[in-house]
Amino acid sequence: MWLIKLAWKNIWRNRSRTLITMAAIFFAVILSVLTSSLQDGVFDNLVKNMVSFYSGYIQVHKKGYWDEQVLDNSFEASYKMEQSVLTDHNITAISPRLESFALASSAAITKGCLVVGISPEEENKITRLKEKITEGAYLQENDPGILLSEGLSKRLQLYLHDTIILIGQGYQGATAAGKYPVNGILKFGSPELNDKALFMTLPLAQDFYGAYNRLTSYVMALKDNSSLQKTSASIIDAGIGREYEVMTWEEMMPDVVQHIKTDTASSRIIQGILYLLICFGIFGTLLMMMVERKFEIGMLVAIGMKKIKLILLLLIESVITVVSGCLLGIIASMPVVWYLNRHPISLSGETAKIYERFGFEPVFPASTETIHFITQGLIVLMIGLVLSLYPMVKVIRVRPVLAMKR
Amino acid sequence: MQTVIDAHNVSKVYNADTIPVYAVNNVHLHLQKGEFTALVGPSGSGKTTLLNLIGGLDKPDSGNIIINGVDITTLSANELINFRLKNIGFVFQSFNLIPVLTAKENAEFILQLQKVHRKERIKRIEALFKQIGLSDKLNERPAKLSGGQQQRVAVARALASRPQFVLADEPTANLDSRSASNLLDIMARLNKEEGITFLFSTHDQRVIDRARRVITLVDGQISNDTAAVPVTHEAPVSTEKS
Ligand SMILES: Nc1ncnc2c1ncn2[C@@H]1O[C@H](COP(=O)(O)OP(=O)(O)O)[C@@H](O)[C@H]1O
Ligand SMILES: [Mg+2]
Repeated sequence: MWLIKLAWKNIWRNRSRTLITMAAIFFAVILSVLTSSLQDGVFDNLVKNMVSFYSGYIQVHKKGYWDEQVLDNSFEASYKMEQSVLTDHNITAISPRLESFALASSAAITKGCLVVGISPEEENKITRLKEKITEGAYLQENDPGILLSEGLSKRLQLYLHDTIILIGQGYQGATAAGKYPVNGILKFGSPELNDKALFMTLPLAQDFYGAYNRLTSYVMALKDNSSLQKTSASIIDAGIGREYEVMTWEEMMPDVVQHIKTDTASSRIIQGILYLLICFGIFGTLLMMMVERKFEIGMLVAIGMKKIKLILLLLIESVITVVSGCLLGIIASMPVVWYLNRHPISLSGETAKIYERFGFEPVFPASTETIHFITQGLIVLMIGLVLSLYPMVKVIRVRPVLAMKR
Repeated sequence: MQTVIDAHNVSKVYNADTIPVYAVNNVHLHLQKGEFTALVGPSGSGKTTLLNLIGGLDKPDSGNIIINGVDITTLSANELINFRLKNIGFVFQSFNLIPVLTAKENAEFILQLQKVHRKERIKRIEALFKQIGLSDKLNERPAKLSGGQQQRVAVARALASRPQFVLADEPTANLDSRSASNLLDIMARLNKEEGITFLFSTHDQRVIDRARRVITLVDGQISNDTAAVPVTHEAPVSTEKS
């Protein structure tokens, strides 16, 4: 007990040194928690955005569809498959789609577009399409109207309640043509979708393409991304048949995966540099301390203080300093992370464009997962404690006669 | 008379490979319980080295040092630390005290190392502070004390654990003459009244005059020894050993 008291007094013998050490640890924890939780938040957000923009986490197609996305690679809708897939509790929703290209015309303008037939309710569970409505109303069951993306609407100069004419090639070479009222306008973060997409109910699309009861894909949403591979494997294991292909978003969008990998690597480097800076900061103050206390330590050993006790004393001092720096850092980083979660950093300019090209909104909400606080706190704690071994090693070697020499 | 320090043929050589310096050269030294002895000699004569050897802070290159029947040259570094704690009181020239502790806590510290109970600690320390005349400074930190007061606290700390003897390497070197004489008064009184054995080095003539035995070192060798004077409370200072 008296040793702890002495340690406490020693900590405050040189207030500024202790505060420098604690501040180094404090800011190190905050910065590394921030880097880590921002990074994770960005990727979480990226994945969530990517999949909820369009692809979903997992898709089932007819084998070969992904390489050749044409209506002839469509398949018969299977209620049985929908039900069996939904028994997997990692899958929160499954939605059928029929999609293909067509030409969209207003009176004077014609543009290519992506026509997507959806089940309004199921689709909304996966891509939250309803939230992207900026004008008009979302699709109803058996709605005769369509939803037009904002960019396409501008390019065609077609607005709410106007009529759009679609012409294309239907299933098995049939000619597809139709006239539809514009029910609503959708705004997408992804320029690709925003300039091309057009949504209608599944029966309407099947009718347009003459592809009755046919689908090009089942799109699935998962509880979270961590069960992606497992769930995909279990769909295949469930025996959906050799004529289907099961693809995860990672397989459908390899460039996003690559981007995440590159970005993770670069932020690891940033964190590494950060850790290195903390090391120097802490080590500097430790060196200073040992120079200042050299004589005293020699004296203590001379009068009969066992080295192990002296080491224990120094250990208590560093544990108190390092642990409290870490704890304060963790506590202080919580509101910061929380704030950055609620008020995501949003980018503009070139970087934003790059992110938009990947198809997601350039906003960076921090991840509030506890794991970041724990891991980063522990890493800095370990760094602090490992460095604290230095004074202890010095104590083991100390020879009072030399230490007390002027 | 009980012998507390018995050193035979003790030598310490520095720079043995290049130009050897015999800091302590074949010294024989016997100290009885109750002595009040000064180790004198010019700077560089080996006083500090000899005291360090006797105090178990350094190992001789040859010879034996027997303290209270134990040959400390055979002890391991860890055993030596423990031996010092239990048997030897140290007063250094300066920086004796832990700056973050009060005077009382500094003296108490050595008793805490020895796991002496709180009641006993308080009792001893209060008595000692009365003897060193600093009862009113118990709760002051070293920085608030004068150099002389700090050295007195160091003496109190050295005595708190009731050692076999006290080694003091130039305890007055940094003190003005009044403080020095005051410290010597206290040491002499403790020696006379409590029978505490002191061995201290100095090159201050006024301090030398207070000693009852003076050992003179020159170039690491004892050149003169007025011989041990056992503590016979009424004996005159100049009594020779028979
Ligand atoms: N660590 C050392 N290395 C080399 N020489 C030393 C060392 N310590 C002391 N000496 C030498 O030993 C001799 C005795 O020194 P010291 O015991 O300090 O003398 P004093 O205390 O009487 O001034 C001196 O010549 C000194 O230079
Ligand atoms: Mg000296």
